[in-house]
Amino acid sequence: MRWLRRNLLGIVAILVLIYLFIPIAVVAILSFNKPSGKFNISWTQFSTDAWTNLCGVPGVCSSFATSIQIGIISTVVATALGTMIAFALVRYRFRGRSTTNLLIFLPMATPEVVMGSSLLALFLNLRFPLGQWTVIIAHIMFIISFVVVTVKARLQGLDPRLEEAARDLYADPKSTFRYVTLPLVAPGIAGAALLGFSLSFDDFIISYFNAGTLVTFPIFIWGAAQRGIPVQVNALATLVFVIALLVVLSSQLVSYRRRKKLMST
Amino acid sequence: MSPILVAGPSKPVVVAKRRSRSGYLLLFPGMTWLAIFFAIPFVTLFMTSLQEPVPGKMGKYQAGFQLGNYTNAMAEYWPQFLRSFIYAGIATLLALVIAYPLAYFIAMKGGKWRPLLLVLVIAPSFASFLLRTYAWRTILADEGPITSFFNALHLLPDDRILNTGIAVVAGLTYNFLPFMILPLYAALEKIDPRLIEASSDLYSSGVATFRKITWPLSLPGVVAGTLLTFIPAAGDYINAELLGSTKDRMIGNVIQTNFIEFRDYPTASALSFVLMAAILVMVFTYIRRAGTEDLL
Repeated sequence: MRWLRRNLLGIVAILVLIYLFIPIAVVAILSFNKPSGKFNISWTQFSTDAWTNLCGVPGVCSSFATSIQIGIISTVVATALGTMIAFALVRYRFRGRSTTNLLIFLPMATPEVVMGSSLLALFLNLRFPLGQWTVIIAHIMFIISFVVVTVKARLQGLDPRLEEAARDLYADPKSTFRYVTLPLVAPGIAGAALLGFSLSFDDFIISYFNAGTLVTFPIFIWGAAQRGIPVQVNALATLVFVIALLVVLSSQLVSYRRRKKLMST
Repeated sequence: MSPILVAGPSKPVVVAKRRSRSGYLLLFPGMTWLAIFFAIPFVTLFMTSLQEPVPGKMGKYQAGFQLGNYTNAMAEYWPQFLRSFIYAGIATLLALVIAYPLAYFIAMKGGKWRPLLLVLVIAPSFASFLLRTYAWRTILADEGPITSFFNALHLLPDDRILNTGIAVVAGLTYNFLPFMILPLYAALEKIDPRLIEASSDLYSSGVATFRKITWPLSLPGVVAGTLLTFIPAAGDYINAELLGSTKDRMIGNVIQTNFIEFRDYPTASALSFVLMAAILVMVFTYIRRAGTEDLL
């Protein structure tokens, strides 16, 4: 009893963590299912059909490729634009700082349905054809703010003495940036890009409003939900989850090792 | 999902800020993008919400000043509006209760495992939002263990969870939980553990320490977390669509169907505009009352 009382917090914390992963376990388990009807909802029989034939259902892999392509283009542009803003905010004085901050904060505090519908209203009024480019424009728009906040936090955490030291050693501004600032900020930029890609890849609401007839991976799942989601979708989503988790865990491990090495020297 | 909140505001670094043209050049492309594709669309949304039908042409609209679009839309869809705020409110409270112990545990007892535990908190977002939501159909299935358990206790008004409002609230609570955990963690992590030690040294009970020290100091995290959970939950329609019945539709469902399926652009725009206005008003009064204006 005393043991239970002392460890109650830890037990609750672990239960909450398990709760977070229950639906993912369901998705992964059902990727090995052979559903009896159209709907892959309850366990019927073990099968690796979906895993050995990932593109077996029309539309699954093409929508997956579309989402990857949109994710890459949006992430590259948004990371560049957002990083520039972060540098301006931390390193420069300029007029209109509060308006700038507000314009960066608001997209993160606006419901997706409002952003999606207002952007669609713009495209409709301009008679701009909906498709891949309107989705990319939308994704860049909502990713920028997340990039700014992530890179800004990293920049603010930098020790200014490192750059001062470079200048004292007669490095010109360009080489200070190239050899000191950039390598130090790079992990922040990489993290922002990863976050941006995962936001773009998984976005449904804003994409659906502005996609026209284009089918991204989430839009494919949405359409399939009415007539039964193919098992392949579960397999692909499980694969994405495992890869993303491995990427993040290994980057954590690298930075952990680096910190340890720095401490021991 | 914002691991940014974990990073939090770092210690202020004193760097002599330069004022030069480069600052504006760095800002220009990104801010122009946000101005054109985030700010201006609100103007077009407002203009669209006032449009009137072109006489004799179905589904065509022209510029107008039909304030009646707003009263008609609200008269027809106020139940969905109300439901969105109620569902999002309940989900936010549940998320706060579920998230607090985990955030507290990571911040106070996490030690060197903190980074790993935080990765585990955001990891669920790596799996598709739609599929995770859909998975709740399996978990809450009519013959499943959870529904049977509550049925044995006669706790369910409709003898089921799936396709009821309960399932929608459960889905919302689950989906936006990381948005609650991360800001709570960021606030709890900043609390000096010596304050808690001091309080117990002065013979304060655990409950009193929590009420007088921990909770007040974590308030900025509570405010940020509840906002980051409530706002997306109030606008969400994925949970209502995949887990609820037609009786559980939220305002997002109405905006989506009116915009994309019925092509009734003025009504959908009016609803979208009211949703945004309502959320902004709520956010600012809430922040003012909670006294955490430095949040913005």
